[in-house]
Amino acid sequence: MFDDFVKEPTSWMTGKEPQSEIVLSSRIRFARNLREFKFPPSADTDTRDKIIEFVKAVFETAGILKNGNFYLSTDINSLDQNFLVERHLISPEFMKNGTGRGLYISHSKRLSIMINEEDHIRLQVISGGLSMNECWELAEELDNKLSRKMEYAYDDTFGHLTSCPTNVGTGLRASILIHLPGLVLTRDIDNVINRISKVGLVVRGFYGEGTDVLGNLFQISNQTTLGRSEEEIIDSLAKVTQQIIEYEINSHETLMKDASDQIEDKVWRSYGILQNARVLSSGEVMNLLSALRLGLSLKLIDKVTLGEINELLIVTQPAHLQKHYNREMDSTERDMVRADLVREYLASKQ
Amino acid sequence: MLCQDCNKNEATIHLTQIVNNEKVVLNLCKICAEKRGFHSPFEQMPFPLAEIVSGMIGPVKPKTDDNLTGKKVDLKCPNCGLTFTEFGQIGRLGCAECYQAFRVELTNLLRRIHGSAEHRGQVAETATEEYKTLREEKRLRDELKQAIEAENFEMAAELRDRIKELSLEAKKEVN
Repeated sequence: MFDDFVKEPTSWMTGKEPQSEIVLSSRIRFARNLREFKFPPSADTDTRDKIIEFVKAVFETAGILKNGNFYLSTDINSLDQNFLVERHLISPEFMKNGTGRGLYISHSKRLSIMINEEDHIRLQVISGGLSMNECWELAEELDNKLSRKMEYAYDDTFGHLTSCPTNVGTGLRASILIHLPGLVLTRDIDNVINRISKVGLVVRGFYGEGTDVLGNLFQISNQTTLGRSEEEIIDSLAKVTQQIIEYEINSHETLMKDASDQIEDKVWRSYGILQNARVLSSGEVMNLLSALRLGLSLKLIDKVTLGEINELLIVTQPAHLQKHYNREMDSTERDMVRADLVREYLASKQ
Repeated sequence: MLCQDCNKNEATIHLTQIVNNEKVVLNLCKICAEKRGFHSPFEQMPFPLAEIVSGMIGPVKPKTDDNLTGKKVDLKCPNCGLTFTEFGQIGRLGCAECYQAFRVELTNLLRRIHGSAEHRGQVAETATEEYKTLREEKRLRDELKQAIEAENFEMAAELRDRIKELSLEAKKEVN
């Protein structure tokens, strides 16, 4: 299953999208529910099956089904589910209590609709670089199509009703994945995070051992879904992102002025490790690729392209590796295979 | 530092999040972090906000006095049977009707979470006609205000006419 996904890891993350040196991806998600059914967490198996049947029929008549594939969660094994999580097409939540869930993925692999996750419908559009509007247009078009064919759980005052009160109103979550090595190195990141949190956005970094953020990657999204219009939510995220990009670029200037030798060394050292290592954990790969990405922005290295860095970032994830080699592996074996893959990949691009 | 979930293993994953200007720090071991759904930044991260919700509901006492027996009775959704106390424990509502059954309590809660309890986004097809008109009128009035501020009087006149038309139509429907 999903073999065509393995062959085509970066169809929408080629590195040529707007601002894609710094912004990896943009995403829009809608949470929607049907009035007549209980929300998925309270619905019994029968009801959940009925919901899937109903929604699938709507997809059919709305002309959505023909543009993609429809799956039942029980048809997707756990490796494939992990694979889809790594590809951002389903949430980890979707995999828990695996029965009674449906999934639609468009041929473009940018649109996915989860049925019976926490809400009856979770519609998501993802795109490379800073491309919020593109995601929004597609998501809105689909949402409009669906709303004409089914009765949404909607309240005149509260707006769209959702299983969890944190999603009520617009049901909209807009987010971007952003790479901020400069702000991490200059230690300005805490200041930036502080400022962002004051304008109704949430920043999340992933911390490994100690205080280093893995891969210098942060996710920024709207915190609230009620009381602001969809346009306001998206606008504010896009504007703040633009500002953070400027901060990041400013930090590059500071770095090159104060520590250009050390930065250049860090970039080339990272390239050397990726080219030669025999064991690589996924965290280490993320950090090394982060250095290469910074090196590209600073024009310190030209051995790799942005598209290639994106591809490596995606294919070195645990489930991706196992799909690539077509067998299950424990983490020790994965770390060795990951090093092989990266080494061969870089050698082929020489 | 020990993991705050299991209190056994060393916490190696430290997640910081700002919620309503308050810093929330999670210190977890790898196993418990995975249980909570944190794998790597490339996986879609869940919103720990949802977990914080049940904490927020805590101080709201959803009991109503039953005058006949003098006993305190919990609010209950007539459609799915979820009580407000149960909602406080799981942080998830059972069905669309719950929003009606717990309207007052949820209005308070939504204000605390979102800073507002009033939807200002797009109006769904399923909204009542009356409400759609009301929202459209409000939208036009906002635009009118902006047009006047920008001294775009031609636009303002046009908007004023449309508002007038809309309220006439609404009256016709009522009659």
